Amino acid sequence: MFKILSKKEASPGVYFMEVEAPRIAKKAKAGQFIVLRVDDNGERIPLTIADYNSESGSVLLVFQVIGATTTELAALNVGDSILDFVGPLGQPSEIKNFGTVAVIGGGIGVAPTYPIAKAMKEAGNKVIAIMGAKTKDILIMEDKMRSVVDEVVITTDDGSYGIKGFVTNGIQSLVDRGEKLDQVTAIGPVIMMKSVVDATRDLKIKTVVSLNPVMVDGTGMCGGCRVMVDGKMKFACVDGPEFDGHKVDFKDLMNRQKMYRDEETVAKDHICHIGLGV
Amino acid sequence: MAVSMKKHEMPAQDPKVRRKNFNEVALGYDEETAVAEANRCLHCKVPKCMEGCPVQVHIPEFIEKIKTREFDEAISIIKETNSLPAVCGRVCPQENQCEKHCVLGIKGESVAIGRLERFAADTFMLKNKEVQPIKYADDAKKVAIIGAGPAGLTCAGDLAHKGYKVTIFEALHKAGGVLSYGIPEFRLPKDKVVAREIENIEKLGVKIEVNSVVGRLYTVDELMEEEGFSAVFIGTGAGLPRFQGIPGENLNGVYSANEFLTRCNLMKAYDFPNNLTPITEGKKVAVIGGGNVAMDAARTALRLGADEVSIVYRRSMQELPARREEVEHAKEEGVDFKILINPTEVIGDDKGWVKGLKCVRMELGEADASGRRRPKAIEGSEFTLDVETVIVAIGTGPNPIISNTTKGLDTDNHGHIIADEKTLATSKPGVYAGGDIVTGAATVILAMGAGRTAAKSIDEYLKK
Repeated sequence: MFKILSKKEASPGVYFMEVEAPRIAKKAKAGQFIVLRVDDNGERIPLTIADYNSESGSVLLVFQVIGATTTELAALNVGDSILDFVGPLGQPSEIKNFGTVAVIGGGIGVAPTYPIAKAMKEAGNKVIAIMGAKTKDILIMEDKMRSVVDEVVITTDDGSYGIKGFVTNGIQSLVDRGEKLDQVTAIGPVIMMKSVVDATRDLKIKTVVSLNPVMVDGTGMCGGCRVMVDGKMKFACVDGPEFDGHKVDFKDLMNRQKMYRDEETVAKDHICHIGLGV
Repeated sequence: MAVSMKKHEMPAQDPKVRRKNFNEVALGYDEETAVAEANRCLHCKVPKCMEGCPVQVHIPEFIEKIKTREFDEAISIIKETNSLPAVCGRVCPQENQCEKHCVLGIKGESVAIGRLERFAADTFMLKNKEVQPIKYADDAKKVAIIGAGPAGLTCAGDLAHKGYKVTIFEALHKAGGVLSYGIPEFRLPKDKVVAREIENIEKLGVKIEVNSVVGRLYTVDELMEEEGFSAVFIGTGAGLPRFQGIPGENLNGVYSANEFLTRCNLMKAYDFPNNLTPITEGKKVAVIGGGNVAMDAARTALRLGADEVSIVYRRSMQELPARREEVEHAKEEGVDFKILINPTEVIGDDKGWVKGLKCVRMELGEADASGRRRPKAIEGSEFTLDVETVIVAIGTGPNPIISNTTKGLDTDNHGHIIADEKTLATSKPGVYAGGDIVTGAATVILAMGAGRTAAKSIDEYLKK
């Protein structure tokens, strides 16, 4: 059992949750994820690690309530426990001194970019974080990110904060002022990562994306997380989750993300109906 | 008294009923049938049956005890060499092992050794007999086992009996490996059999740490250098599923058998949404492949509610690698065998879901390296099967996590760990490996045999 040490609703439906998992906290590296199962009837879902602290023995998760499992997770409180918590899974991010690096997060995708930004800075890079949100109120982790990077560029869809537009407008603003980016890491909704990749392809900037396809075991057994990269079948759980964004078949990925859309609604209704929901 | 040339039949659920439920198909012998079957054993002076058993169960001796109705003694004899008798009695391919060597099999049917083993194991379980914990010496050495599947559990049981303190690290949330995630309930009941067998091993004093992915949470080196383990056995089992590499395999509605069976068995997707893991299945299902896993997937698909389930296999019935019993059970339940047919493309609709499986008819040519006749496509014989779900059951490759994170551990060019055939020692001192991670996909009993061999080698290594 893995105890919940803290819980905070950062914006409506978006939660920060620290989970006690000392061994995972000790071994985790930027870019890795965990798989959790809330209780004995639960499904296994992957969540990217948003931060880890080997001293307090905790792993930080940031999640948005979307389906049944995130609804169940949000209903848990400090002191409650998660039944199964496995990790750290996946290959860590490649961290070295690339020069100038842009770390791009969209929505709750900002969370997993934080440990990458921090590690990139520690490796000697000039790190610029581009953080995107629909509107100012739901932007997460701004202060935390500012404390580890050289510069923060904020974009909001409605223009309520920072540049009006998408994270791609953030990239453009850097290019326009003559910033030379040596590497980009982008994490967020698939459609956002695809837009970033389309933009950086023309700019010839190497771009890493972190994929979060459907997984069951998350340890290299089921094959559910297969993605096409450079025309070859890869498995996000053991070969990824990070891949060269210019080689990812996003059309294929987006189609596979839809596989359980109907079932997700049924499961969420079921959870709300039996009273476990928030 | 003349010995009957035929085995005693084992009662089974009616095919029409069972194709719609997940309860166990084969129901096991009752006491009288078991004793009568045991009486068929001739007790050969030089028993051949044991030669066929990868864990060398003392077959004639336990059968003798069934004859005399000393069932406790029968199971004790089996357990001397087999940690999972209720499992083996159900899923071993006895026809290719012990029963293949039985003298009675020359002119008639061999003694039903597997069914008798199952009877002895089930009788023991029904009595709720307590397993006696082992008393460990204070300075007993610690051994780490990676993977709580058939190889790991067997190795753990044997090492515990030899006085070693064993911890099994299991990646999933439940022990059992393929016994839990792969083989379906209707062939191997999870609570009644698998959980009980695992409990029995735990009662010996073996610790099982679930949710522990070695290579990530601990490396093999850390286990040995920091966690105090004197030796390690790697029994991580089957890894990533293989696909054919034909167009359309990423369409929605295409599953690997690993994923399909894991969702259903381990995650209980058949009881969605009470269990939250979903599974989607159309009314018409094609399963590609002809092994036991393909049979399991096809029969599971029926039970999940499919109207039509086909096995699509590129060779003929003669080459089909699944056990005959499984094939017969599948046929009785209504699985259609489309043989000498090879899929060439999964066809999708405009929403990205499977709507058909394009195939070509095959004929058998010359024998290949495996001795089986090589299938080749018949030109112009293409056709499309109307299906909404495709399950790919053509085997698995090795899991890369341990080999990628362990220095000095040699693998072959497929990524399987290289282990000495006799001792199962790897290139890394103190580290042994066996089961599917070494051999590629094989059977439960071969993995168990490897677990036994490794336990023996580890004992010798640690006594040096």
